[in-house]
Amino acid sequence: MKLAYYPGCTLKNQATNFDVSTVSSMAKLDVEVEELDRWNCCGTVHALDSDNVMNRVAPITNMIRVKEAQAKTEGMAGEFMTSCAMCYNTLKRANIDVKQRADALETINDFLSLENIKYEGDVEVLHLLEYLRDRVGFDNLAKKVTRPLKGLRVACYYGCLLVRPKEVAFDDTENPMVMENLISALGATPVEFSHKTECCGAYQTVDKPEVIADRTGKIVGSASEEQADLVVVSCPLCAFNLDFRQDDAKRLNPDFQNMPVLYFTQLMALAFGCDESALRFDLQHIDPLPTLKARGLA
Amino acid sequence: MDTTLRITSARDGSSFVAQIEKISDQKLLACYQCGKCSAGCPMAAHMDVLPNQMIRMAQLGMREQLLATRSIWMCVSCLTCNSRCPKGIRIAEVFEALRRTALRAGQRDDHLNITELPPEARRVLPPIATISAMRKLTS
Repeated sequence: MKLAYYPGCTLKNQATNFDVSTVSSMAKLDVEVEELDRWNCCGTVHALDSDNVMNRVAPITNMIRVKEAQAKTEGMAGEFMTSCAMCYNTLKRANIDVKQRADALETINDFLSLENIKYEGDVEVLHLLEYLRDRVGFDNLAKKVTRPLKGLRVACYYGCLLVRPKEVAFDDTENPMVMENLISALGATPVEFSHKTECCGAYQTVDKPEVIADRTGKIVGSASEEQADLVVVSCPLCAFNLDFRQDDAKRLNPDFQNMPVLYFTQLMALAFGCDESALRFDLQHIDPLPTLKARGLA
Repeated sequence: MDTTLRITSARDGSSFVAQIEKISDQKLLACYQCGKCSAGCPMAAHMDVLPNQMIRMAQLGMREQLLATRSIWMCVSCLTCNSRCPKGIRIAEVFEALRRTALRAGQRDDHLNITELPPEARRVLPPIATISAMRKLTS
């Protein structure tokens, strides 16, 4: 069975480590992943104004791409997977929105009249974590682990987009556990910390890095307090803020302890024995190798 | 001297209240000021007016004061307030309605100019950051 894959813009730019580790891990799990043809921007942040139709056009165009892929690929279902939390959230919310608002969907279909396929709300959006939990199963996933991440203490950071709003969340809003369960299946030790669903400050990083320095200081700081070795994330924006803005956090608070920030897929690829080309730790701002070496994992 | 006191439901700002309720699709009067939204807001420390106070001002139709706040540009729609509101009000939607009102008005009150960022900042920022910022902060 082939699974349609939507990478999103940042996985093809700064976060290629997220892209290659996603694809390599899925290959190890014997899931055939096929990147969608001509995918476009997910919409990047769901617009909350109730009269907004224009910002749904980009996400819904991707649903049409999924239907095209489905039509020409044997054994492909009307669904697709993304590992980026922002893409997941924006695509899923636009999808829910047009399923509930027939008039908005009609307007969008009219706007996209040059497309060969009309969208009828018949595509499902899946996040990779959801796919791993519900389709692969963490017990089966654990069988593929060749290098258990023994002794590695991991703080699983969800941020906002995987857990809010409730209609999009595939786990508990206040205390999600799906990433911890994945991390346990990889042989590592998830640590509880206070800030796992606290917002990182998102796009304020563009012109207000001092705000992010405060957020990153608190979030990574709370992981430090629980003696975590590293933080894992599922969002390239969280990753940028928590990783690259640690220099600003340190300037704000000299006691701040640097900590590596990885994508959950990188830990998965590491545990599955993938080589450096599938991990791309060189793209991390805070080098994770000293931490991994100390645990005998690099 | 005769004084006529007229009691009417129409008051200054009521059209603004109706507009915000329409764009946000929320009932502002449902709020009973428990303050849970402000208690959990990760951006509250950087706001000049707290989320529960914003809702009160919106109920009262205080258009100019609301559109002049730093708060509407600090909220990043993390939805912590929405998920915790005991009255089911989507506070973030109200903030979006206020931002949109500012951005849709004639002067198009943009709060970000990407071209003014230093080249170094533009080089390191991932597209997910710049695009989402432009979506929220520019008309």
